[in-house]
Amino acid sequence: MRLPLIVLCLMGALCGTVASGAPPPPFSDLNEVMGLLAMRQHGRVEFIEQHFLKVLNHPVESSGELRYDAPDRLEKRTIKPRAETLVLTGGVLTVERAHNKRVMDLHAYPQVQPFVESIRATLAGDRSALERLFHLEFTGSVARWTLTLIPVESKVKQSVAQVRIDGVRDQLLKVEIRQPDGDRSLMTLRPSTLP
Amino acid sequence: MMVRRARVLILWAGCIAFAAFIVARAHYITDLSAFLPANPTPVQQLLVDQLRDGPATRLILIALEQGDAAARARVSAAMAGQLRKDPRFSSVNNGEAVAGQRDREFLFQHRYLLSEAVTAERFSASGLNAAMKETIDNLSSPAGLLFKTLLPRDPTGELLNIVDQLARAPSPQSRDGVWVSADATRALAVAQTAASGSDSDAQSEAIAAIRTAFATAAGDSRQGPNKGVQLRLSGPAVFAVAARAKIERAAVRLAIASSILVVALLLIVYRSLPALGLGLLPVTTGALVGVASVALGFGAVHGITLGFGITLIGESVDYSIYFFIQSRHVRNAAADRSWQQLWWPTVRLGMLASVCGFASLLPSGFPGLKQLGLYSISGLIAAALVTRFVLPALLPGDFAIRDVTPFGARVAARLQGVRRIGRAAIVLWSVALVMLAIVVLYHDRATLWNRELSALSPVSIEEQNYDAKLRADLGAADVRDLVIVSGPDQESILRSAERAAHALQGLVDDKTIGGFESPANYLPSMATQEIRRSSLPSASELSANLKQALDGLPLRADRLQPFLEDIEATRHAALVTSRDLAGTSLNAGFDALVLHRRDQWSALLPLRSAAAGGPIDMARVVAALKDAKLEDAQVLDLKQESDALYAGYLSEAIRFSLAGFLALTVLLLIALRSPLRVARVLAPLVLAVLAVATGLAIAGVQLTILHLVGMLLIVAVGSNYALFFDRQAHAEDGGSEALTLASLVIANASTVIGFGLLSFSQVPVLVALGTTVAPGAFLALLFAAIGAPAANAHAQHS
Repeated sequence: MRLPLIVLCLMGALCGTVASGAPPPPFSDLNEVMGLLAMRQHGRVEFIEQHFLKVLNHPVESSGELRYDAPDRLEKRTIKPRAETLVLTGGVLTVERAHNKRVMDLHAYPQVQPFVESIRATLAGDRSALERLFHLEFTGSVARWTLTLIPVESKVKQSVAQVRIDGVRDQLLKVEIRQPDGDRSLMTLRPSTLP
Repeated sequence: MMVRRARVLILWAGCIAFAAFIVARAHYITDLSAFLPANPTPVQQLLVDQLRDGPATRLILIALEQGDAAARARVSAAMAGQLRKDPRFSSVNNGEAVAGQRDREFLFQHRYLLSEAVTAERFSASGLNAAMKETIDNLSSPAGLLFKTLLPRDPTGELLNIVDQLARAPSPQSRDGVWVSADATRALAVAQTAASGSDSDAQSEAIAAIRTAFATAAGDSRQGPNKGVQLRLSGPAVFAVAARAKIERAAVRLAIASSILVVALLLIVYRSLPALGLGLLPVTTGALVGVASVALGFGAVHGITLGFGITLIGESVDYSIYFFIQSRHVRNAAADRSWQQLWWPTVRLGMLASVCGFASLLPSGFPGLKQLGLYSISGLIAAALVTRFVLPALLPGDFAIRDVTPFGARVAARLQGVRRIGRAAIVLWSVALVMLAIVVLYHDRATLWNRELSALSPVSIEEQNYDAKLRADLGAADVRDLVIVSGPDQESILRSAERAAHALQGLVDDKTIGGFESPANYLPSMATQEIRRSSLPSASELSANLKQALDGLPLRADRLQPFLEDIEATRHAALVTSRDLAGTSLNAGFDALVLHRRDQWSALLPLRSAAAGGPIDMARVVAALKDAKLEDAQVLDLKQESDALYAGYLSEAIRFSLAGFLALTVLLLIALRSPLRVARVLAPLVLAVLAVATGLAIAGVQLTILHLVGMLLIVAVGSNYALFFDRQAHAEDGGSEALTLASLVIANASTVIGFGLLSFSQVPVLVALGTTVAPGAFLALLFAAIGAPAANAHAQHS
């Protein structure tokens, strides 16, 4: 019975982590962006994430580092305000925080999986994986693009309305997750300066 | 004469009817208790409770193997779904996230009574400020964001605290949504039965339900999407049920097989159906009376006692063999004295000698042995009496069996050949045998006896290893090490459990233990809840504190109105009782850790070792509990305790057996009035026992309590042989040596057949008995025959 709770935690977590896509059609451009992304084997960026929550008077902010190794390893290390490490490998998520370590299998939680998959598949340039879970909208050009992902499944729609990812060629700049209740999180990425 | 005969028969029929009545109404038990102490000490009682009804006994470990991972996951989910609806299981866990809703509601509703963080300081202005700050920090992390919607009601994050409290136990790995083994080749699940582990019928049903659920979920194993997926079950209940079936199967099969062989043997020898029918009367009467005596003496009969009923055949069939064959001599010789006068005293002495042997089982603390002792004693006496009084009364006038004198004569001739080696040589060989036995047994003295209870277990090493592997994968404590606190009611044990948990937490922190469970994790004591409830401030006070606490935080007071309401509601709400747990998955966890027997309540706190499967330094656990002034807490290492218990039985049984042997010696001294004759009677028995023990030791077999029982049987059966040879040599009318030898060889053959078959069974206890008694009985006869004072008998014969 502790698992469902953890799951929900992670769902929240992933809302934060997940990238979002941007607008519409030049699908040849989308293919090109995907191709560029697919070529990157490693990525390491700093992130600043802001959560805009109705319940709070002002946004809460966290920051840290995001690392990616093709094709399916994603690590989110939050440094501030409290240390936390989140590692996704092969569909298994490990959350380490203070002395707690939890391992969970995302297959068990279909409602969570698309969130992880959105950012992982985007980073991997795996268009068909994205399309299994989202309606894709691509706008802009390869030089400056926005990918908007809208969940296909209604279950997922209950916790996430939309994921929007802004990028330049094979770099992700912003990941915004909107929730149906109006709360949202915004992750801004920039090249890592951390050691 | 006729009147006397009628009286005997009526008396016998009455006895049979009465015994049958008792046997039919007797209560039969098939649980483990045959192996558990009859009058336990308090620690032993805890052990008994654990072995019988402990949480471990209710767990069935389910593994799905072969097929592909996705198929295993599908089958696991489908099976678990079906079993969760089955009232025979109190919980079924395969790693899937289910049943969460009711749990969440329960935890959330009672969060201020269940959270360990709830103290008066927490609701002061500074405490609230710190708690809310943490909650807000959490919002930027996955764990906290989930609780976002709960924040207005739970700004201090008590639900998260409780979740962390409950999440201290490690979970197994998951793949495709279900638990899997470390190497991911198996899908795993754990089912907890509603019935206690000692209810083997219910356990058997539960196991059948799991198999049915698997069959339904997996579909056709040869084709279809789930092809190839295999089910494998493990756990104490699975072992117990399998063992019971195995023992029953083996007992039935062996009883049938040995009956057929013995009947065939007797038919060949007697060539007479009436003789065969009559010959079986002492055995059947003995068995019936034996079971009835146990039922009367103990109130209930252990299944295992019946299983050993076969042991009785060994000796009681012999009685009728002696009677029929030796009666012939009486008739041949047209003697003026009957078998009763000539031979009965010897049979009676042999029977009494056996009784001495079996009586040594009576004082045992081991109920299984006690019952076996009473069963054998009463059965033997009944069989002997039937042979003495009933058989002669039933013997038809024209009764005749085949003359076995030629056979006996051939045996006697062979024997003469052997005896010709001379007395000195026989003595020399005997001394050599004794020396060999001493050397071998002394050399192996440390490992001669197996002092572990598992030696009696019908569970194979392979199965035990598999079970251990599943447990390691599941991160499930094998509930080997326990802290147990007892008290007169539930509240008192929960309080003690909380104090023990406090002491144990120190050991977790310094890595002496990896962790522990406690029923108080699921349901704190009333006292603790009361302290938490009374630490909640009044609405006005809380409101004031909150206002102060929110200074500098991005939270608005007006959003937290639900928090104020919930606190106020909790202040006036009832405390949580075990009844409130109903319907949550917490209930199974709580139930498993609380035992209630009569006026005695016990809380169990199973310990996990710091390294998986590693040992726990129990001395430090004991010391920590002592420091915490928890003198009434018991620390139990189940394996060590049960082994100690068994080792105790074993030493006791060895001592009593020696006492029994002493009693037998005294009995013979009184009856035979000659130390030399007694020595001659006992020597072949001692040699046979030594030879068998030496043989087993050389073969690398460790002796168990069942081997000891086997040795008693060698002495019991063998004493008859030796006494007949003694009688042959010393009685005025020794009778034909050929007939005596024939009857002994045939009796011996039936014993060796019966016990020899046991050696081929799959059940270790039966194998132990068979491999001891079959060769032992044969050697006892051989040694008795070779060492018999032949000259005397010979003189008489000529």
